[in-house]
Amino acid sequence: MPARRTLLALAAALAALLVFAGPATADLFTPESGGSPNADKIDTLYKITLYISIPILLLVEGTLIYSLVKYKARRGGQAEQIRGNTSLELGWTIGAAVILVILTGVTFAFLNGITKPEKSGPEIAGGVQVAAIGQPDPPGGKGMRITVNGQQYLWRYDYPGKESLFSYHEMVVPTDTTVTLDITSSDVVHSWWIPKLGGKADAVPGHTAETWFKISKPGLYGGQCSELCGAGHADMRAVVRAVPPDEFERWAKDQRAEIKAAQDGLAAQRRAREAKTGGGG
Amino acid sequence: MEASSARLAGGPEISMHGFTEQPKGWLSWLTTTDHKRIGVMYLYATFLWFILGGVMALIMRLQLAQPDNTLLSGETYNSLASMHGVTMIFLWIVPVLAGFGNYFVPLMIGARDMAFPRLNALSFWLLVGGGIAFFCSLFFEPPQAGWTSYAPLSDDAYSPSGGIDAWIFLIHLTGLSSLVGAINFIATIHNMRAPGMSWGRMPLFVWSILVYSYLLVAALPAIAAAATMLLTDRHFGTGFFNVADGGDPLLWQHLFWFFGHPEVYIMILPAFGIISEILPVFSRKPVFGYKAIAASTVTIAFLALLVWAHHMFTTPTATVVLAFFMLSSFAISVPTGVKIFNWIATLWRGQIMMKTALYFAVALPALFVIGGISGVMLAVFPVDWQLHDTYYVVAHLHYVLFGGSVFGIFAGLYYWFPKMSGRLLSETLGKLSFWLMFVGFNLTFLIQHSAGLSGMPRRVYDYPADAGLTAYNLISTIGSFLLGIGVMITVVNVLKSVKGGRRAGNDPWKGNTLEWFTQSPPPANNFDTIPRVRSVEPMKDIRREVQKAGKASESVAQPVTSGSS
Repeated sequence: MPARRTLLALAAALAALLVFAGPATADLFTPESGGSPNADKIDTLYKITLYISIPILLLVEGTLIYSLVKYKARRGGQAEQIRGNTSLELGWTIGAAVILVILTGVTFAFLNGITKPEKSGPEIAGGVQVAAIGQPDPPGGKGMRITVNGQQYLWRYDYPGKESLFSYHEMVVPTDTTVTLDITSSDVVHSWWIPKLGGKADAVPGHTAETWFKISKPGLYGGQCSELCGAGHADMRAVVRAVPPDEFERWAKDQRAEIKAAQDGLAAQRRAREAKTGGGG
Repeated sequence: MEASSARLAGGPEISMHGFTEQPKGWLSWLTTTDHKRIGVMYLYATFLWFILGGVMALIMRLQLAQPDNTLLSGETYNSLASMHGVTMIFLWIVPVLAGFGNYFVPLMIGARDMAFPRLNALSFWLLVGGGIAFFCSLFFEPPQAGWTSYAPLSDDAYSPSGGIDAWIFLIHLTGLSSLVGAINFIATIHNMRAPGMSWGRMPLFVWSILVYSYLLVAALPAIAAAATMLLTDRHFGTGFFNVADGGDPLLWQHLFWFFGHPEVYIMILPAFGIISEILPVFSRKPVFGYKAIAASTVTIAFLALLVWAHHMFTTPTATVVLAFFMLSSFAISVPTGVKIFNWIATLWRGQIMMKTALYFAVALPALFVIGGISGVMLAVFPVDWQLHDTYYVVAHLHYVLFGGSVFGIFAGLYYWFPKMSGRLLSETLGKLSFWLMFVGFNLTFLIQHSAGLSGMPRRVYDYPADAGLTAYNLISTIGSFLLGIGVMITVVNVLKSVKGGRRAGNDPWKGNTLEWFTQSPPPANNFDTIPRVRSVEPMKDIRREVQKAGKASESVAQPVTSGSS
């Protein structure tokens, strides 16, 4: 009996799904979250849309399966010659529209919390390390503004300040600080994405995209380029390392010193070479 | 031969008694302008490309079955991913629907051929040319910039090889093929319908092909322009997409998606049309809400032109623009939902014949609704910021294009194969193929939602072992091979049945539309008498009248091949 088989197969599929669902972590069904408030809000928004969707999905699949089982051709059976039902059809059209209006309302209710950077933590605002690296304030309070530059197949981060401070691959940031990113690219289109720290933002040559995060728990947050950028696309990964503010200060100082030493070393090399070859070149 | 039609006493005219035989020999196929032969060639060519594209997908799934796998390099993987996408979209789904349209639009509207038969042949041969030009890139270096060929990655600085040029060739040749074909469909459908077939009596599949054609005409010029601009950027020193020359990479994305999103509906609407024909026939009921289904097809097409930037939610774009494209994308789900409800209502209180064609037809709404719902979730742009360009989108688009279009195409194949070949496909093999495809499909793609939610971007050849993605990908790979076996069983079924299948007769399903009024396979001139159409189900009317006249209903479409001349 094909209809019964259909039903059995679907029941088996559903059972399999539940088996998976039981021990599974939340991320089987929802986006990554837990690093930054905007990621958490997107996660909540996703859950709301999911909860609205599930009854619709079950209604459609349920009615479909029910019809297939119930109205399978039987000897002597008569199909009802129904051509339509205006009020029913109007009903489901309006019903679908109403659900979407609700979804629109929910989205806009969440939008500000996702796009507007939060204020930095109170212990940071006006704190020492903020003044030390002298970055402009992001909207909403003191924080840090980092320029992210995508390059085949590497991310470069430029920190604000008079003295040159930059790094590749690993972005070190202080916790409890709102970090605003200005994202661009110097070759092809890339996309910046650290799932636990919020949504992605494309790095497009000639444009600057903005996103932000604020990390409360120190630790490593991984991610990778998510716009096809060439043969090494899958290897273009990125790590954000969140550390307490004082540790960040130490790192910044060391990094600056390292960069300065490297640049001075280069200058010395050049001078030595010029002295040997008689300058110019 | 001008045969005067024999008449049953009080009954309708009998369709065939003087018919033109098809010429024989391979040369007659190369030179044919017969819409049915062109349709058959479309089907063979596109199914071949479907299999090639499927093999590429399976190789990719093999690479991804294990973390840190070294089966493929990044270059090879990107080539396969690009060719898979391009093949499935430009050489499989869009043209296979044109193939069904070619074969059945004239038959369903009671015409003897398309409006411009030679243009029709040109359309097919341009498609073949485009496919060959594209596949020739296998012999030097295939394109690696994805089916979307985003600039500047596709520009000469980053993709110096000829692969992108092969892609541009394909875009122009298949685009021209589709444009020419679309104009032909439009002219045919507007002008060549049987007497009495008003717009309100036109089969829903014909409605969908008409709308498909208008959408092609509206959307294709954008990508033709973009591809030409890319060509001049690559070879003649212009800088449309190059920032250093004052161009803008986002221009490419806008032009591409202005075509690319209507393209999605170009690929799905005719599949909707196919199952709108199949469901009523196999539930022995009229289609529920004919007008609503036809109107929703038109509405979807209109809205399809207004949603393109939802592919660009993560680009630097003003919030008001994001909001507009979220709302327009939401809006498109209403007419789509209407269709799904109407199909279910068509089954409701019917007498459903459990044939393979019905299985595939019912799978379309069952699977498409998952893609539709994930589509609405992706349209919520803050949510899209997390999900964009991840495996969640890969899952979504396969639920729409495989669960939707391809299952619809297979439904059409099982439904119309008896008409095209005169033979029935094996139901046993058909149902085996269906179940393998259905289970394999869901195994492959359902879990990919989770891979995406867990942070796996699309188009990566590799993922680390500690990313928690290993199990998802292994399940997906196993599913993909089941899916592949399922497809191959249908291929075997077709190859076996085309010569050796059971004789189908002219109207094996008791269809509603005029293609069942003629022989299987139809003679070169289709009909020698075009019946007058009095409702949306002309074939049902004809059967009823014949029954009234006291004949067995089966006799109605049988040709009288001897006697009267």
